[in-house]
Amino acid sequence: MHLEPFAEGKSFIHSLDPRIKIIGLLPFITFVAVSDKIKVSLLSLILGICLMFLSKLNFKILISRLYIVNIFILFLWVVLPFTFPGEKVFSVGSLTASKEGFIYVFNITLKTNAIILSTIALIGTIPVFKITHALRHLKIPKKLVMLFFFCYRYLTVLHRDYNVLYNAMKVRAFKPKNSLQTYKGYAYLISMLIMKSYEHSQRMYNAMLCRGFNGKFPILNKFKAKRIDYIFLFLMFFITLLLNYA
Amino acid sequence: MHISEGILSAPVIITGISLTVVGVGIGLKKMDYDKIPEVAVLTSAFFVASLIHIPIGPSSAHLILNGLMGILLGFSVFPAILVGLTLQAILFQFGGFTGLGVNTFNMAFPAVVSFGLFRFLTGSNHHYMLMFSGFLCGIVGILGSALLVALSLVSTGDVFFPVAKLIVIAHIPVMIIEGLITGTAVSFLNKVKPEMLAAGGG
Repeated sequence: MHLEPFAEGKSFIHSLDPRIKIIGLLPFITFVAVSDKIKVSLLSLILGICLMFLSKLNFKILISRLYIVNIFILFLWVVLPFTFPGEKVFSVGSLTASKEGFIYVFNITLKTNAIILSTIALIGTIPVFKITHALRHLKIPKKLVMLFFFCYRYLTVLHRDYNVLYNAMKVRAFKPKNSLQTYKGYAYLISMLIMKSYEHSQRMYNAMLCRGFNGKFPILNKFKAKRIDYIFLFLMFFITLLLNYA
Repeated sequence: MHISEGILSAPVIITGISLTVVGVGIGLKKMDYDKIPEVAVLTSAFFVASLIHIPIGPSSAHLILNGLMGILLGFSVFPAILVGLTLQAILFQFGGFTGLGVNTFNMAFPAVVSFGLFRFLTGSNHHYMLMFSGFLCGIVGILGSALLVALSLVSTGDVFFPVAKLIVIAHIPVMIIEGLITGTAVSFLNKVKPEMLAAGGG
């Protein structure tokens, strides 16, 4: 499975220092997430779209990602306008949709998409191993970063194990149905996966002991923030601050 | 069972972050360095397992298995779920970063409760008792998470009450199936790798 479809690329955003991108993004999305002004959400969506174009993302994959997220939002569109008290727009049976409700959901839609676009543009464009490295620079506890690193490293391995197990089930004419047998089948599949993961981890731990692992990962490519990185960071902070007064 | 970004209010987000920081802190403190590979690779296994969609009635749902995670990992389930959700946010944009605190707590806290419950019930180590405890823990994991998700939404605004109710109701069938799967998995692991069930809490 290809996990990082946005990480490869040669855009301006791709070339920025990963640390700068993470530090620049977090205050911005936090601010957008908690704001309840339509104007702020609209402006941040515009910024998100700009970032998206700047990072030259693969459009097809991007759309499929946005689609998944917006399905949940669609669910809110169906429910929330009817539960929000306010000026009546129309009514279905005993339910009345309110104007305030529609504005509220519209705002959520804008915010969610703004955050997702800017997150894909800034974080999605960093290879995960570089994120791991950046997290250490950002003073995230060492144990947590190691956990993150090993977990990511073994995702593809276990996904392969899963495929092998599932193919074996299919070869034996397994068809998912609403039956106890199906659930039992999945339970054994998951148990096998857990067992395999346990065995992988024991082998990995022994291999690390053999090689004298002392908790340090030697790094060949060190991060170096250039002037353009600082300008970008300044701009991100400046825009976040400006949104405060919008 | 994620709440996506841009929905929760600031107080809820801040509460979620603080509770998660405490939970992860305890989890990391209890987890020795030589346990890290095991917890990490188990987390990847659960990540892969959560991609499985199983049929439920006319529709399907993906597995969460936080009850089983709790049984196997103990308090380490907090950092494990944080890592899993962060990876989901980075790789698939599910959940996202601003909801990370709330979402981690909503899934990890019921998992820790399951862990305690499992320990409490399986003192005698009788096989059927193990299976039944697993079943119960699977239910507690999902029920707890659904209730916490509902609570987070309702504390954001009363308008979410119907949505919250729908979410809890929709998770009742999921609960039962997760219970069945957790019970069966616990009984399987007890036969094949009993040391895994004993190792939890590292």
